[in-house]
Amino acid sequence: MMEAFDILTTASLWAAVLRIATPLILGVLGALICERAGVLNLGIEGIMTLGAMVGWLTVFWGGDLWLGMAVAVLAGMMMGWLHAMLTVPLGLSQHVSGLGITLLASALAYYLYRLWVEVGDLPPTIVPFQPLAVPGLSSIPFLGEAVFTQMPPTYVALILVVLVAWFLNRTPAGLALRMTGENPHAVEAQGLNPHRIRIWAVMVGSGLMALGGAFLTTAAFNSFFPTMVQGRGWICIALVVFASWRPGKALIGALLFALFDAFQLRLQTVVEGVPYQLFLMAPYVLSIVALVLVARRARVPEALMQPYRRGER
Amino acid sequence: MRIERREEVSVAALILAPFGAVLGALVLCAGLIAMAGVSPWVAYGEMLRGSFGSRLAVTETLTRASPLILTGLAAAVAFRARLWNIGGEGQFYMGALAAAALGHSVVVGLPLPAAWAVIALGAMAAGAVLLLIPALLRLRFGVDEVVTTLLLNFVALLFVGLMVEGVLKDPMAFGWPQSVPVASGLRLPDLVPRSRLHVGLVLAVIVAGIIWLVQARTVFGAQTRAAGLNPGAAAFAGVPITATLAKVAILSGGLAGLAGAIEVLGPVGYVTTTMSPGFGYAGIVVAMLAALHPAGVVAASVFVATVFVGADAMSRATGVPSFIADVIMAVALLAMLVALLFATYRVRT
Repeated sequence: MMEAFDILTTASLWAAVLRIATPLILGVLGALICERAGVLNLGIEGIMTLGAMVGWLTVFWGGDLWLGMAVAVLAGMMMGWLHAMLTVPLGLSQHVSGLGITLLASALAYYLYRLWVEVGDLPPTIVPFQPLAVPGLSSIPFLGEAVFTQMPPTYVALILVVLVAWFLNRTPAGLALRMTGENPHAVEAQGLNPHRIRIWAVMVGSGLMALGGAFLTTAAFNSFFPTMVQGRGWICIALVVFASWRPGKALIGALLFALFDAFQLRLQTVVEGVPYQLFLMAPYVLSIVALVLVARRARVPEALMQPYRRGER
Repeated sequence: MRIERREEVSVAALILAPFGAVLGALVLCAGLIAMAGVSPWVAYGEMLRGSFGSRLAVTETLTRASPLILTGLAAAVAFRARLWNIGGEGQFYMGALAAAALGHSVVVGLPLPAAWAVIALGAMAAGAVLLLIPALLRLRFGVDEVVTTLLLNFVALLFVGLMVEGVLKDPMAFGWPQSVPVASGLRLPDLVPRSRLHVGLVLAVIVAGIIWLVQARTVFGAQTRAAGLNPGAAAFAGVPITATLAKVAILSGGLAGLAGAIEVLGPVGYVTTTMSPGFGYAGIVVAMLAALHPAGVVAASVFVATVFVGADAMSRATGVPSFIADVIMAVALLAMLVALLFATYRVRT
């Protein structure tokens, strides 16, 4: 028991928490933006996989790490555009279209990777992002190591939480986006185009999802391999509900989740005799438990999953 | 431009929709094949040859189609009632595990048909339980079953890993993580000699026929349809929504579990964590291409099996990555959604 407590007080654990949380933060923000505009995006798992692949591939082909991130975002936005076209103007089932996008994006990622990359015994690697110590702040005891010596994309993710919260709650465009998810008819009455708002929301949200995927291959690891996203996308969809569709709570949810994950990884080495599969199961079970806990209180955007057709109620 | 529902949907349009979708998918994926420096004509020709070009190829394709029919039916019966069961993959593995556990020792000594019946029921129960959890969470707490069934796929696969490296580990497998084998007398007989094709195919087709009858002719079939089309109106008309959805969950999970059982009793003989090349997920594509119709499920399963078996052979012959099969599936699924839309709606300008 003391050992479990000791783990919690090490700065390296908390540094790992932020690192594990980064793809989740980006994925949750992306899913949240889509859903606040009224579109469920189950393409997330595949979009993260595609982002992971193209981000890595760009760097592998000699591109800059940040260029890799940008290309991943673009690929994510293209998939988002497809999902938006199918679900917004055509009003198709968001569930089925999203699953189709996940199948398509991950299949494309695997196909193109196999086509363009020579894989030997081990997958080829790149030089990933290195931790960046924030001048001054990184010398604070404990906090400096835990928070201010992270990979650059982690700082980007944290800044994006603030930006997205500010955008949704403090700007007219954010208000229009939220209204589109609650009552698209009212948006139309204001002279705005709910379809256009939804399409942009899904594209931007999908771009963030892909950025989360790219973090896996350019910062957390240094190579791409199939099934590496490991259900993180689905966990993000659960976290959005857990966070009641609020960016701040989404950050807390992602951090709690990552804390649990980092803790169980270290606990595995301390506790003997428990099969490792039980530890690996924990994140998925935890997500389901989190969904059950908040299900009764969740305030779902009113028009989520409701296709909007002009003049139709 | 606006989209409105057609007054009359023609049956011909509904039947043509999947063919249009598949054709569209093949045309779109031709570009990806060309990127590999291979002529799409050659590649598709090799795929056809690899899946239907010889007696062995045909039996391999049908062997692959057998569990797909059952996972396709699992998705179709659930989707019809708007129960989004995306957990077919996990339910397949639970059924496979139950079949291996029962078939290794428990039922040995029972007369054959009874032993098979016990294994089938056990596998169906295992699959059903895995879907009942998310179904009840939705009915009781309003938790979206899409996410929970997806998450349970990962849990189920880890559970299989736990079992095949633990209590069900085969001590004779030289350390490979695979389960104990089912007793050899319990393996399903071959349908064609010197092939892997087994009577599981016949069983799957019979099950599809039964589901068709149940859906077309029974009160339960009518209730699932009503619950799917308009739950509010169905409840008002006296359909017990909760009980209906729970029954649908048992049926759907059971079918996916049965798929796992016939794969274990048929070509494989034991359980590994890699025994399913995505049967559960492909079942969703099968169900959608079939427009959720049981007869369509059989046809769509053969098509999907053709693409996967054909792509493996084509990949060996031309070097085009076999993941092209997954791309074709995904594009066909999305194209089918669009094709169905234009079969049931029209665009007014």
